[in-house]
Amino acid sequence: MNTFAARFDGSLGARLRDPRTLGLLGIACAIMACLVALPPLTGRSPLYPVLFGIPAAVLGLATALRGERRLGWGVLVAGLLGIALGVLATHSSTSNLNLVFTASLIASMFVFSTPLVFGAIAGTFSERSGVVNIGLEGMMLMGAFWGVYGADKGHSWVVGLIVAMAAGALLALVHAVFAIHLRADQIVGGTAVNFLALGITGYFFFQLYHGQNVPEGVSTIPDVRIPGLVHTHFFGPAFGKLNLMVWLSFALVIVSWLVLFKTSIGLRIRACGEHPRAADTVGISVYGVRYACVILSGALAALGGAYLSIGFGGGAFTDNMTAGRGFIALAAMIFGNWRPFGAFGAALLFGFSTALAYRLPAYSASAATLFQALPYVLTLIAVAGVIGRTTPPAADGKPYQKQ
Amino acid sequence: MSEPERDELVGRAPTIASRLAFLQRAGGVGGPVLTTALAFVVGGLVVLATGANPFSTYRAIFDGSGLNWLFPWVTGQDRAFAAGNLQQTLLLTTSLLLCGLAVGFAFRSGLFNIGGQGQYLVGTIFSVWIGSSFVHSNGPLHILFAVAAATLAGAAWAGIAGALKAFVGAHEVITTIMLNWIAVWVGSWLFGPSGALHGKGSFPESDAITANAHLPVFWGSPTLQGLDIGFFVALVCLLIYWLTLNRTTLGYEVRSVGFNPEASRYAGMSVARTYVVAMALAGAFAGLAGAVDVLGWRFSVGVNDVQTSQIGFIAIAVAVLGRNRAVGIFFASLLFGALLTGTSTRNLDPSVFRPELAQNLTLIIQGLVILFVGADVLVLWLWARWRRPPRVARA
Repeated sequence: MNTFAARFDGSLGARLRDPRTLGLLGIACAIMACLVALPPLTGRSPLYPVLFGIPAAVLGLATALRGERRLGWGVLVAGLLGIALGVLATHSSTSNLNLVFTASLIASMFVFSTPLVFGAIAGTFSERSGVVNIGLEGMMLMGAFWGVYGADKGHSWVVGLIVAMAAGALLALVHAVFAIHLRADQIVGGTAVNFLALGITGYFFFQLYHGQNVPEGVSTIPDVRIPGLVHTHFFGPAFGKLNLMVWLSFALVIVSWLVLFKTSIGLRIRACGEHPRAADTVGISVYGVRYACVILSGALAALGGAYLSIGFGGGAFTDNMTAGRGFIALAAMIFGNWRPFGAFGAALLFGFSTALAYRLPAYSASAATLFQALPYVLTLIAVAGVIGRTTPPAADGKPYQKQ
Repeated sequence: MSEPERDELVGRAPTIASRLAFLQRAGGVGGPVLTTALAFVVGGLVVLATGANPFSTYRAIFDGSGLNWLFPWVTGQDRAFAAGNLQQTLLLTTSLLLCGLAVGFAFRSGLFNIGGQGQYLVGTIFSVWIGSSFVHSNGPLHILFAVAAATLAGAAWAGIAGALKAFVGAHEVITTIMLNWIAVWVGSWLFGPSGALHGKGSFPESDAITANAHLPVFWGSPTLQGLDIGFFVALVCLLIYWLTLNRTTLGYEVRSVGFNPEASRYAGMSVARTYVVAMALAGAFAGLAGAVDVLGWRFSVGVNDVQTSQIGFIAIAVAVLGRNRAVGIFFASLLFGALLTGTSTRNLDPSVFRPELAQNLTLIIQGLVILFVGADVLVLWLWARWRRPPRVARA
């Protein structure tokens, strides 16, 4: 807390000398090293990336020498990586670059990151209250199927979202009962929930739609057109016409952060996840909070799933539609250190890597496939403690028994 | 049950191994059997809700699995069909058994190995690579080489998770999930267009392994996926699993660390080493499963196989239901092997029940089995109630 206070109370000079500030500056430089070589800037000389990369590396070194070792070395590596990628980009043809790095890359990053944001925030709520939720995948899958079913039968995407949330919450309730009251192992329970969701959605998909596709013309979640922005140069294609769920995911991140870290409700949730006995002693109903959080988690994850089917999926469902996105969301939550904005940043990074993977075939089809593994590799590196250390809530995954 | 045991189970968060060991004493085989029966009853209700007859459905699945071959009164054409189906069931049992051992062995050291799928995939990748190279080689040596490579690769893949757990404390559930997906995408890349292992054909799949590297088939037709000697390999591994855990120092350490890592450390065992070795051995079983599949009946691997394979995940259900015991894992793998075969589109009579529905029913039953077995406290509570009259609550 002391360093936290120092960063905000100290003078500008003190703040600039703070190793963490130096580290963040270094990261910015490293990103710039890469960006200068890419459209819209498209610097064609290898000098530009080097010009930005060297300061990044120096700042990283300075950060490391001032105590923030992990961050420092991370920034140093990021700087060198920025130089490498930037120089690589200057050797690539401009037409290829323009094909891959367009403003719509930003839009498609949001397309891929939105389900992850919902999933990761869902996981954050559950785990902050002390219940491990590796059933996110299953809850998203429930949302994907029941969302499209609701939108089809209810003739409205709003009904679809409500049905999706109810289905996700129901599945989460099963997980909650076994994890909280029956004190079953939460990872075993989450695995079971994933199997159940796969079976239930597959079963009803065949039973209700005879294994055919959902009829066309299902009501889908609309895009939000921002009139003033649509025709502008860069922001138009990037932000002018995003799906409603994308904007909702932004709002969700801010609201979740406010709730978790700025309200007494959030304090209670976190108390249950860190030290349930203490929370119980001061009169918080640990079971109640955990039930609420897990059920909320199911509903939020289901929203992410519904976005897949009636959002950018255009009102279609296929068996096992989520295809591991729930696990990437879990990874994003861990990568983001169980914090809403951290999870959001990780989801954006993973979404960006997926969006990039879909465009990389311009260079090499096989490399694009390999690129899909990047989020998982990054998470593996993150949990290995190479870049900072991830710390789960202290009582995460531990059943609590009232006395 | 004694007070310390009770405390261990309900008070502090117990390790998975200690919960399971406790259940073993409390419920024996009764628990898993009851659990499975309950899951099938719920599955039957789902069938009933769909408008089909659960009894004839389960009967059709049973016949589809080929287990009716065991009945002497099944003769003639039916018997030939049943034999073919049973070979399919046992092929799946083989892979599930080996992957189940992979999950179970790690479980006994207190680690939850969700990475069976990735370790299995790494095994298939290495065995198909070795199997389709060296065209003019000696048969048994070629097989041995492919099997060894796959086993070691599986061990190394799982060993990453074990080492991360041992040396930086990274949770094995997270790392094994990540390693699974890395294996899936690396596999998709290798077998995909212009991938390193992409075959000569136009499909995104590897070349077939050479005929020399096929495992000998001892029951049924070698060309129509008869039962190969991989089944015996799995049975031998089952024996190795039991011997290692119950008759060696390593097994003692694995079980000890599974019960209580702190006490084991205090007793002078190296917990870190045990984690790495336990995970590596677990991965070896799963890698071997990949090799046995490829050399026994798959012969080539494609992007589609890599992305849709579920063996390593179903193996979690196998290990959980089998309570991580050798015998339990055998019967659990037979059960799920039979369920998978009996509900396949080829084996289930669609006029009785649609195979597409039945396959999802299998998933639901798997989910329920894991869910119910996981709720050991419920079973324990019932057990305690049954064993002795209700007591006054402790102060």
